[in-house]
Amino acid sequence: MKKKDIPQDPSVLDNFTKEVSYAVDENGKYTTALSRGWEVKASALSVSWEYIKERVENARQQVVSGQASPILFFLELRIMDLATLAAYTGYWKWTIKRHMKPNIFEKLPEKRLKKYAEVFEVEIEDIRDFKNRTERIEALVAELKESIK
Amino acid sequence: MKIDFEHIQSAHCENGVTTNLLRHYGVSNLTEPLVFGIGSGLFFIYIPFIKVSNGPAFSFRTMPGNIFNRTCKSLGIPVYRKKFRSKEKAEQFLNQKLEENQPVGCQVGVYYLTYFPKEYRFHFNAHNLIIYGRENGEYLVSDPVMEDVTKLTAYELQRVRFAKGALAPRGQIYFPKIVGEVSPEQIKKAIVTGVKRNIRDMLHIPGPIAGVKGIRYTAKKIKKWRDKLGQKEAGLYLAQLVRMQEEIGTGGGGFRFIYAAFLQEARQYVANDELLKISDEFTRAGDLWRNAAVQAAGIYKGRIGTQKDFNDMGDFLLEIAEVEKGAFEALAKLDWK
Repeated sequence: MKKKDIPQDPSVLDNFTKEVSYAVDENGKYTTALSRGWEVKASALSVSWEYIKERVENARQQVVSGQASPILFFLELRIMDLATLAAYTGYWKWTIKRHMKPNIFEKLPEKRLKKYAEVFEVEIEDIRDFKNRTERIEALVAELKESIK
Repeated sequence: MKIDFEHIQSAHCENGVTTNLLRHYGVSNLTEPLVFGIGSGLFFIYIPFIKVSNGPAFSFRTMPGNIFNRTCKSLGIPVYRKKFRSKEKAEQFLNQKLEENQPVGCQVGVYYLTYFPKEYRFHFNAHNLIIYGRENGEYLVSDPVMEDVTKLTAYELQRVRFAKGALAPRGQIYFPKIVGEVSPEQIKKAIVTGVKRNIRDMLHIPGPIAGVKGIRYTAKKIKKWRDKLGQKEAGLYLAQLVRMQEEIGTGGGGFRFIYAAFLQEARQYVANDELLKISDEFTRAGDLWRNAAVQAAGIYKGRIGTQKDFNDMGDFLLEIAEVEKGAFEALAKLDWK
C-alpha cells in the first residue's frame, strides 16, 4: 500500500481514534501514517451488526411463540455464544441448552435466574416475566440498535 | 501515582505493548516491525470447526502472547507473567507494581472495555494494553491501538481483566524484568531466529489449515460456500474474514505490510539486499489481501454474488498463497552473513 492510498473514509472510528497504517513512501520505504478508516472494513463490521440485530429479533420471536426460553433472547442480545455464556455462568453448555427449553425454564429456581440476570446485566424480572415486560424488552433492543450507528 | 511513561500508538496491540514496555524498561532500539518479525508474528490459520461470533475462525497472526514471549526470549530478556484466581489479589499486585514504578502489560477482554465504541465490543479476550499509573481511583491506560492514553475505573479494569470465555485473561499481567539496551548483534540474531521460525510456521506446519496451505485451503472452501451456505451466509463468512484481516489492530493487509516493513528494517542489521526484494513481495501480498477484501465487500454488500464472484474471491487467495510461499522460500534461501 502506498502512503498516498491510505484510506481516510468516515466510519465509527471517528470520535474514537485514527489507526496506524504501514505503507510505502515515494521511495518505496516503509513509513507509518494515520488512517481515518476504510470503507471496506467499516461495511464488514456493519454487515456483521445487521446480522446480530436479526439474530436478536429471531430469538425474540422464538421466545414469544413459545419455541425457546428467554435465555436464548438474552444470549443473542449480549452477543454471546453458548461457550461464552457457559464460561460466565459456570453452567455446562448442555445445561444452558436445557434452560433454553420453555418447559425446563419454567421450573428454574430463583438462584439460576439470579445468575443469568447478573451475567446478562438485566433485572431478574426481565428474564422471569419476559412475556409481560414487552416495553422493557423493546427498550433493551432499542438500546442495542442505538449503540450501533 | 503516575509513572513517566511514553505512549506510542502502533498498528497492533501486542506489538505495541511489547515495544512500549521494553522501551520503558531500557530497550530503546526496537520498533513495531522489528518485534513483529523477531516474534515471528506473520501467520494464517482457518479453523473451520470453531465458531467466532457465529462465523468461521480466522487468524492472520501467530497465537496471542507469542510475539511478546518470543521477542523477550530471543533477546535474553526474562519475563514475569502471572495469572490470578482472585480479583482482589490481581488488583493488589497491579497496585504494588505501580507503587514500585513498574508499568505492566495486561491481557484483557474487549466486551467490557468502556473506551471502545460499542461496535468493537465483542467477546474477544486477546487484547493487550499497559497500565502505567493510578490517579483519583482511575487507572491510567496506554492502549497501543489508541492515539492517546485513556482511563479505566478499578471496576472497569477488573471486568476486562477477568472477562470470560475463550482465551480468558484470568487477570494476566506480564512485564520484562529490568533490562538495559540490547546490542545490534543480539537484534541480528533475534531477527534470524524470528525469520526461520516464521518460515517454519508458514511453510512447514503439518495439516491443511495453517500457513500457506491454510490460505489455499480457505480459497477452496470459499468457492464452495455459496452452494453450501447460501449467498447471504456465505457473504457473512466473507465479512468475518475481512474483519479478522483488517479490523482495528492489524495494520491493514493482515499484517503483511508490517512484515514487509520488518524486512526493510532487518536490512539495517543484515547486509543483504535480497531482504528488500523479498519485502516487496510481502507488500504485494498485502495489496492482494486488500484487493480480496474489496471483492469480498462487493459480495457481502450484495452488489455481486454469483458463483463466479466467489470463484474470483477464492482465486485471489490462491494467488496470495503463491506469493507468500515464494517469499518465504526466498527467505529460506537467504544468506544471513
